Amino acid sequence: MSKRIKVLGFGLTALAMCGLSYSAVVAEPNNNQLMIDGKKITTNVKAPKGSPFEKLYSGWRFRSAETQKLQSDDFENPGFPLVDLGTELWQKVDGSAGKSCASCHNDASKSMKGVRATMPKMHKEIGKVQSLQQHVNYCRTERMGAKAWKWESNQMLGMAAYVGLQSRGMPVNVKIDGPAKAAHDKGKKLYYTRVGQLDMSCAGCHEENFGKMIRADHLSQGQINGFPTYRFKWQKMGSVHRRFKGCMKNIRAKPYKVGSDEFVALELYVASRGKGLSVESPAVRN
Amino acid sequence: MALQFKTCGIVAVTALTALAVLTGGASAEAVKPGDVKITDGQLAKSLTGKAGDPVAGKKTFVGRKLGNCLACHVNKDTSKQQFHGEVGPALDGAASRYEPAALRAIIVNSKQVFGEQTLMPGFYREAGLNRVNKKFKGKTILSAQQVEDVLAYVLTLKK
Repeated sequence: MSKRIKVLGFGLTALAMCGLSYSAVVAEPNNNQLMIDGKKITTNVKAPKGSPFEKLYSGWRFRSAETQKLQSDDFENPGFPLVDLGTELWQKVDGSAGKSCASCHNDASKSMKGVRATMPKMHKEIGKVQSLQQHVNYCRTERMGAKAWKWESNQMLGMAAYVGLQSRGMPVNVKIDGPAKAAHDKGKKLYYTRVGQLDMSCAGCHEENFGKMIRADHLSQGQINGFPTYRFKWQKMGSVHRRFKGCMKNIRAKPYKVGSDEFVALELYVASRGKGLSVESPAVRN
Repeated sequence: MALQFKTCGIVAVTALTALAVLTGGASAEAVKPGDVKITDGQLAKSLTGKAGDPVAGKKTFVGRKLGNCLACHVNKDTSKQQFHGEVGPALDGAASRYEPAALRAIIVNSKQVFGEQTLMPGFYREAGLNRVNKKFKGKTILSAQQVEDVLAYVLTLKK
């Protein structure tokens, strides 16, 4: 709190000195570096060509030192109990075909390496771009003869986090051309469409005003490289679709459903805005 | 059963009448959001014809479920309240920078004053919105009197 007042004071002084409008004074994301197990995680990178940003910042850069520290140690990261569940489920036989994930995909550290970095992506059999969760459920219902998991269930969150972990440190690299173009364009349109009683779009806060405070929240670029993410506000890990819903409720809009074509498209577009940032799953945020 | 319903109806009507009397009938006389006409960034006429109350306005100004103006604006006069946002300009001295008619227009529907690109919501507007959550559908963020109250409060923010 005292730090914020200081920043505010500085902002007002700068305003007085330069005659700038106060809104031009931006509280930058911090310059801390994220290392996990001695491995550097890229939380800041030059934006790719065509990006509305000059630099990309992971949401990690906008959090307090205390929150940041929790993510740098897997023993302290509160998302890891669900990663452990995912690890168990990977080996667990389920469904009429008598198979587990491992029956086909063997060692996740090899077969799932890089998968999260490319999600959401085209699912050939389903015939559209799908989130990681939908790829998992397709395997469960069509290959294993098992029941689909619910989107925000512990099993699905655990599996998404476990699969995500195998790509940790790898750059986000989703495909947005070819068969993915339609979903990308749909997501982009959603990103810039103002909705809700407050009449706001994603861009209004996360593109035009990142770095600033909105009441007690430090606005980030809305990067999603850390999902599924453990959030203190939830006291739990959650999916990016759950996060999208929360934002929509905040602006008094009718949220889309988790797993809807709209949210998958938005996920793909927002992921593409973070190309080059490291996958951080499971991240820790407030 | 029928009698019960009838009684219910009478009680409800009586209660509504009492409420209208208590609130000075303000809601009945208020300009409807669709009838508000902002011209050249000005809205000179009061929405209710009743003077705004700056004390009530201050409460609406800080209330997170009401105006929540501090979500985006710094304001020294409410420095006791934690966490002032910085997405919009500071409101210190706002009454010295704007005429009352302009401030009313900004609160009612800032997009008709600053243009479509502004992030500020229209606090007394219900048309032209997309995907409004059903809890808020057909409703304005603030009532006409709350707008007048907030305006009365903002008019106290002089240099």
